[in-house]
Amino acid sequence: MQRPGPSPTWTTGHGAAGHGASSGHRTAPAFEVRPEQAPPPAGDRRRRRLADQGRAYAFLLGGLICFALFSWYPAIRAVVIAFQTYTPGADPEWVGTANFTRVVQDPEFAAAWRNTLTFTLLALLIGFAIPFLLALVLNELRHARAFFRIVVYLPVMIPPVVSALLWKWFYDPGAGLANEALRFLHLPTSNWSNGADTALVSLVIVATWATMGGTVLIYLAALQSIPGELYEAAELDGASLLQRVRHVTIPQTRFVILMLMLLQIIATMQVFTEPFVITGGGPENATVTVLYLIYKYAFLYNDFGGACALSVMLLLLLGLFSAGYLRLTRTDGETA
Amino acid sequence: MSSTRTLLSPAVLARPRGRAVYWTVFTGVVLLFALAFLFPVYWMVTGAMKSPDEVARTPPTLVPEDWHLGGYTDAWDLMELPAHLGNTLVQASGAWLCQLVFCTAAAYALSRLRPAFGGVILGGILATLMVPAQALVVPKYLTVADLGLLNEPLAIWLPAVANAFNLYLLKRFFDQMPRDVLEAAEIDGAGKLRVLWSIVLPMSRPVLGVVSIFALVAVWQDFLWPLMVFSDTGKQPISVALVQLSQNIPLTVLIAAMVIASVPMVALFLVFQRHIIAGISAGSTKG
Repeated sequence: MQRPGPSPTWTTGHGAAGHGASSGHRTAPAFEVRPEQAPPPAGDRRRRRLADQGRAYAFLLGGLICFALFSWYPAIRAVVIAFQTYTPGADPEWVGTANFTRVVQDPEFAAAWRNTLTFTLLALLIGFAIPFLLALVLNELRHARAFFRIVVYLPVMIPPVVSALLWKWFYDPGAGLANEALRFLHLPTSNWSNGADTALVSLVIVATWATMGGTVLIYLAALQSIPGELYEAAELDGASLLQRVRHVTIPQTRFVILMLMLLQIIATMQVFTEPFVITGGGPENATVTVLYLIYKYAFLYNDFGGACALSVMLLLLLGLFSAGYLRLTRTDGETA
Repeated sequence: MSSTRTLLSPAVLARPRGRAVYWTVFTGVVLLFALAFLFPVYWMVTGAMKSPDEVARTPPTLVPEDWHLGGYTDAWDLMELPAHLGNTLVQASGAWLCQLVFCTAAAYALSRLRPAFGGVILGGILATLMVPAQALVVPKYLTVADLGLLNEPLAIWLPAVANAFNLYLLKRFFDQMPRDVLEAAEIDGAGKLRVLWSIVLPMSRPVLGVVSIFALVAVWQDFLWPLMVFSDTGKQPISVALVQLSQNIPLTVLIAAMVIASVPMVALFLVFQRHIIAGISAGSTKG
């Protein structure tokens, strides 16, 4: 299913993107010189070209302003404010790297990064293996396919805030369903999101439950595009079930696996809703994430310089993964 | 159903033992799915109908002893759900409309109108795909504050337009349109706007549908951004209001409010599930 060879028009870089933009118009349309008209004089042509440009920019204007104001400018501004003391309304003051040193010395800083990385790692272990296995099994089932697809995607459509509140209720140490289930199975109960050791895992479970529908569907589509002859050939060669998974399924879906892994890393490192709603960062800072800390700096401490310093660190790290993802989708497959 | 060969060969499945294993696994997966994905939803919907005392009881009851609708009506009135749902609706539909108008126009320009520096602009737009959205939330907030848009729906609508993914999706679609059709229209004297309106848009219905669903769902599900820009309680969308009010409200009422907040999205999904599922499956794996 991978398509080797030169990349299609899907490109990211600036030069290459320019090629993409103009590819639809490489040749001048034949109708520009109408038969009944003589070629227009040079001044006319220039005026027409100017009018064309004006029209093109009129169409672009709304989108361009929005991108400038809400994407490009904030990106630059994050870097600038990271080196300033910034209070809304007052003149900003340059402070060098003071924001960075202050933020790094915050005891919550290490906790936030540790939690975010642990969360991402756990999400990869739990939220990655389970959907793949599920998709593998679902792909073999020949009945009730529509049912499975709809049901697995249902939680994705429930607003994240609602699923967080729902699980907060399940995790309730007293009447919560989670402990009730453990009691029913005669297992020891747990503190779930209220225990310092278990809180982070509890949040990963919520996030996995709430988002895995999409992952399962994407895997399912990838599995369905594997040519059946490959399995047949492997079976003729005497490959067992596990060997078929290892030597056919996984290599054939390698691209999708890698892509989803990068996407998941990028997404889980920006986790905010679950810790904010379920644990409020506690207990004992066990679930403070980087984004949560950014939020705290901005809206609790009114320290926008510190918030932007943290943002820049997160940007740099995630930018690497994003670049990897875009490179992958550009060279390995035509993604839209 | 589908006849393509998968991991297991049809021959294995046809054998009695294969059939037995197949149906065992099938039943197991059905049960697992019902338990993992349907049961929480059932628990939420019925939990709201229990009495406050029943919902806190251990062991819990599987079916409410008496069915109260009071939780739902209380949630509707006490939590001012109509107002918050209305706010969400205004925010989501405005974001959808702005995205549709501005992204489509910009994509059309980049794809068809040959603007000077079009390549640079497209590069700049695609570069934003590399920047994780949440990491920019603070400087974006400051910009919105400077523009005086805090507590205004515009604070949701305009940033929603800066969506590189949707814009690129549209541009790609416009790129693939047969040139002859558009040129024929121009020869017949149609202006650029007319071509966009009468030819490009009608031909783009599938991609416009996908973009519309993405836009609506994104606003409805978002939490951090509306939490930041709507400090005025009366203007908050339902997601923010739910969390803000969750502290001082009886559990059954809160659960009822959660159900009500989910209904629009779940309904949207059930109506358009074919398109949504096809979009997800096709979107990311056309490798």
